[in-house]
Amino acid sequence: MGSTAVRVAHGALDDVHGGGVDHHHHDDGSKTLLGFWIYLMSDCLIFSGLFATFAVLANSTAGGPTGKELFELPYVLGETMLLLVSSVTFGMAMLNMHAGRKGRLLAWLAVTFVFGAGFIGMEVYEFAKLVHEGAGPSTSAFLSSYFTLVGTHGLHVTCGLIWLVVMMDMVRRHGLDDANRRRLSCLSLFWHFLDIVWICVFTFVYLRGAI
Amino acid sequence: MSGAHPSHDAAHHGAAHADHGSTRSYLIGFALSVVLTLASFGVVMSGLVPHDLMMPGIIVFGVAQLVVQLVCFLHMGTSPSQRGNLAIMLFTLLILAIVVVGSLWVLHNMNVNMMHPTSKMMPVE
Repeated sequence: MGSTAVRVAHGALDDVHGGGVDHHHHDDGSKTLLGFWIYLMSDCLIFSGLFATFAVLANSTAGGPTGKELFELPYVLGETMLLLVSSVTFGMAMLNMHAGRKGRLLAWLAVTFVFGAGFIGMEVYEFAKLVHEGAGPSTSAFLSSYFTLVGTHGLHVTCGLIWLVVMMDMVRRHGLDDANRRRLSCLSLFWHFLDIVWICVFTFVYLRGAI
Repeated sequence: MSGAHPSHDAAHHGAAHADHGSTRSYLIGFALSVVLTLASFGVVMSGLVPHDLMMPGIIVFGVAQLVVQLVCFLHMGTSPSQRGNLAIMLFTLLILAIVVVGSLWVLHNMNVNMMHPTSKMMPVE
């Protein structure tokens, strides 16, 4: 991050150890993306722990309601579609970023935000409804692991939404410079990754629970 | 930070980012994902699929959608620029499989070997 700033700030020293200039010149953000990918994969391991916990505790309902009684599949299908559409609109935003079209990039990012916020809204409503029905996280081990797993995913999406707003402001202020392109590429990986985790959530939590 | 450097706008964005997809690849990925999502939900909700085939069905459609999104949205592939990312992901999948399968296996065995007061075993799926 900020290699341009480092290069400018140390510009005066370039003639002292000029060898370093070439080094900076070849940093096109691919190292940042590789590092971010490694972060995403470690995030994946967090989810693997939560999925394993959920799988082990899925039948431990302690006499409380089961997934089959609680989950409304048409509602979950709606959530899934919102997140899927937001993933594609983010792709459209990235295509416009690579084409250098700032206005369209901001418009697609705004569309992505709306769909992502819709997903979070539906999830918050779903959680509130479950708690209201007396199926809160403290009811059974099954529901504790359910709220932890799905809540962690929702928290990630919420962070993504905040990051999205920050990036829209950054692009509006500073335009499509190297740093913003790099950050948007990272956010793009993050956003698509969350949609991929959601595939596992609706398959192994909701659909498996309803069988 | 390094915000105000418009002179760098167009720089360094040639060969390094050759694999960021096209409108077509995103739309193909979207269409396939919608079909596979509807297939997954259809397996459970339609009532047309025999109970024994539901679990294999949703796993097959889920894994297929994972691959579709990895290829069409995240542009994973075997091109030299993606090989490092692919290797890291495959290693992660290995760890993930060990954690999930290992947990299920160990705890299933513990459940089976527990002395239940009612001698009632946990239902095996």
